[in-house]
Amino acid sequence: MPSEATKTKTIERRESVVVRFAGDSGDGMQVTGTQFTTATALAGNDLATLPDFPAEIRAPAGTLAGVSAFQINFSTHDVFTPGDELDVLVAMNPAALKANLEDLKPGGMLIVDREGFSDQNLKKAGYSSNPLEDDSLAGYQRFPIDVTRLTTAALKDLGLSARAAFRCRNFFCLGVAAWLYTRPTDPTEAWIRTKFQRTPEIVEANVRAFRAGYAFAENSELFAVSYEVVPAAIKSGTYRNITGNTATALGFIAAAHNAGRPLFLGSYPITPASDILHELAALKHFDVHTFQAEDEIAGIGAALGAAFGGAIAITTTSGPGLNLKAETLGLALAVELPLVVTDVQRAGPSTGMPTKTEQADLLMAMYGRHGESPLPILAASTPSDCFLIAYEAVRIAVKYMTPVIVLTDGYLANGSEPWLIPDLSALPPIPVEFRTDPTGFFPYVRDEETLSRPWVIPGTPDLEHRVGGLEKDFLSGNVSYAPSNHEQMIRVRARKIAGIAREIPPLEVFGPAQGELLVLGWGGTYGSLREACRRLGEEGHAVAHVHLRHLNPFPSDLGRILRSYRHVLVPEINLGQLVRLIRAEYLVDAIGFNKIQGRPFKVSELMERCRKVLGGGPEGEASA
Amino acid sequence: MTTLTKKDFVSDQDVRWCPGCGDYAILAQVQKVLPELDVPRENFVFVSGIGCSSRFPYYVNTYGFHSIHGRAPAIASGLKMTRPELSVWIITGDGDALSIGGNHLIHILRRNLDVNILLFNNRIYGLTKGQYSPTSEVGKRTKSTPQGSVDHPFDPVQVAMGAGATFIARSIDVETRHLQDVIRAAHAHRGTSFVEILQNCNVFNDGAFEPLTDKKSKADHTLVLEQGAPLVFGPNRDRGIRLNATLGPEVVDLGNGVGENDCLRFDEANPAITGMLARLDPQQFPTPIGIISRRPRACYEDGTTALVEAARRGTPADLHALLHRGDTWTVE
Repeated sequence: MPSEATKTKTIERRESVVVRFAGDSGDGMQVTGTQFTTATALAGNDLATLPDFPAEIRAPAGTLAGVSAFQINFSTHDVFTPGDELDVLVAMNPAALKANLEDLKPGGMLIVDREGFSDQNLKKAGYSSNPLEDDSLAGYQRFPIDVTRLTTAALKDLGLSARAAFRCRNFFCLGVAAWLYTRPTDPTEAWIRTKFQRTPEIVEANVRAFRAGYAFAENSELFAVSYEVVPAAIKSGTYRNITGNTATALGFIAAAHNAGRPLFLGSYPITPASDILHELAALKHFDVHTFQAEDEIAGIGAALGAAFGGAIAITTTSGPGLNLKAETLGLALAVELPLVVTDVQRAGPSTGMPTKTEQADLLMAMYGRHGESPLPILAASTPSDCFLIAYEAVRIAVKYMTPVIVLTDGYLANGSEPWLIPDLSALPPIPVEFRTDPTGFFPYVRDEETLSRPWVIPGTPDLEHRVGGLEKDFLSGNVSYAPSNHEQMIRVRARKIAGIAREIPPLEVFGPAQGELLVLGWGGTYGSLREACRRLGEEGHAVAHVHLRHLNPFPSDLGRILRSYRHVLVPEINLGQLVRLIRAEYLVDAIGFNKIQGRPFKVSELMERCRKVLGGGPEGEASA
Repeated sequence: MTTLTKKDFVSDQDVRWCPGCGDYAILAQVQKVLPELDVPRENFVFVSGIGCSSRFPYYVNTYGFHSIHGRAPAIASGLKMTRPELSVWIITGDGDALSIGGNHLIHILRRNLDVNILLFNNRIYGLTKGQYSPTSEVGKRTKSTPQGSVDHPFDPVQVAMGAGATFIARSIDVETRHLQDVIRAAHAHRGTSFVEILQNCNVFNDGAFEPLTDKKSKADHTLVLEQGAPLVFGPNRDRGIRLNATLGPEVVDLGNGVGENDCLRFDEANPAITGMLARLDPQQFPTPIGIISRRPRACYEDGTTALVEAARRGTPADLHALLHRGDTWTVE
């Protein structure tokens, strides 16, 4: 689409750029961000995204509570995080400006819909005067555009209602951003045509709005420069963009497919986990059975029933739901059936902030059941890692006949990144063998290596047996209150889980194998920790980063690694949960760095904290 | 298939209910009926919750799952959805099904999975040693209600009806033949079969159903339902139920020109009749026994299986294609 006009303007090269689109939750900012992301991925940049939206479906228009935003960081280099500070803020109204301005870099670009700054909207956002008309925004490059008028004009002859035309404003802004960063336009137009295929007039309207925005930026004197971010030198292969929730769903499908068994999901809708249910409900052709249960307890209960019947059984939830599933998890580990629970963590306690991220469910996953009830815990590091973690969780559950908890979080679930689509033949096999041989059969006879009991499904002749939550005899599985048998069962269940450490691969250490500081993390903080440590390394510090994906049991080389550094810092989006486990398990003087704001760490704050440790030795508790 | 007998369904575990418990009789009737049902033994699964009745699966030599309090319907749902060929039985009690598991009960009934629910109603918590239950009568004095309970009780049949159950029956632990017939009919019904079994807890609530089981009084206190037959009861079939001027039920003495033909005829498929019978006040009317309502409709797992089968016929399960769905790009 570039025309003569563009050729008279300068194109400047940028290494990396952070853009945030912000508006009312009804303004289509998530769509805008997602489409900009697709175009950016296809342009060959590495990227990371951070959607940030309110829990209210439609908070009152124009208010701070209703602001929805989508941030993307794209680069010529590897990208690990959605970025600390914004190069560009697109704000559709005063509330979006107010809620996001503090993250805009000094001198950053501020693109606003001037017409969104009506007296009424200014008042709703708490502005006493129009910031576009006073000098309060003097520190930024301002690009006020009459988005509503220009969009409406472009759609004039389509006969749309004013409201329908108004709703195309986001594509106008997307067009502006596409020109500004020389993004390809075809993918967006193709998406519009598919998405709205049932309403051709909406296709036409959105395409026109998109083109009008592009043409406006190209021709208007407002923009003198456009930018180019050349493709990143990333590993060869085929890529797609993927969110954590989609990757989780696909990981489970791949696991069940390779196990040759149906996949059963019992689930109850909960933010931010519901998208896994949505994804799987639409993929029934993979022999996927989804069950929207009456509550969280029935979700896991049904999954356990399906596991008893021989399905690959999973349940998905977020923190409040994991509370409710605790009793059934205890039953699952007592009857020793395979089951995977995914907890997409969100900010707690209680209802907390459902759409905001946190990683404060680790200790609940670890200890949140009565009795001695250990089970394996895995945590995904990045959106695409959710695929491998989900797959690995099923593999462990089946091999060890145990429930497994997978921890992701809201940031991973909704955030996206380019995914090097894995070679299916490289995935480990998931052999499923139901026992059918009655010779020497006892329900709790154990495999010598894994200590797992046989999986015998109803319908198998001559192996009829009963399982249940009452303590069982070590071999026959009959109810037993014998004191020594109870201790034997407690110990064997614990040994079975601890034994999984045998097959956890060696940890990947980013940075020197020994030195001043080890930054130890888990879960969704991977990107920020990795980027902070990389930069510290460039500054000449002996800083290494290790990120745990297996949280119970811990990898067997973790103890040795922890002792190879003078200081161990454990940054977490909680008040210090992994750090507690590490100190208890290894007697290492690890210190925490904790931030609990419903947001990921900024690279800058991590670096600052690390420098303090490196400079002055460990300090007590610190918060961001 | 070799012919199965009752013995094939007796497990090697000692039965540990209190001597004299009504559960023994129920267990015996179930074990007697199972061999007649033309189902391979390995295809039976008994799923239970918690409580005295929920120990039941340990004593039946089939597949069994003694789960957690109130959750048996949830576990049975996942099992039946993925293994529809199995004959799944839920064993529960008044506390398990109607108190802690009330939510799961009503949802399995509305979904109508093809499972059988046997609810042992003894109107008391036995395993926790004698607290009032959601079916205990108002004023019930128990360890937890020393001054008498103020809770209004649930009637299990009315709960099932409200939840849209497609098969609702009531029987009594000591009425062995009647109970066998009801169990057979429950098995034959495609859909969730809900059977309330009035069961005597001789330790904590002895005699709760005595008027219905005592030889002298039972003919006056039970109304044995038979499809198409008039609603008649009494030791000499000398009393009946008919509609009064305001379309309410009333008990009438037969004779003196009033005959069986003047009484209402039972129709298990007519909600006007079944609803009325479910709501009869036990103070004024006999308690209906038998199949109270039978109105078949589609089974849940038939619907969910059909969706999966249609999807599988329509689209190949191509994992490579799934992972490459949407926009992809290749880096050389």
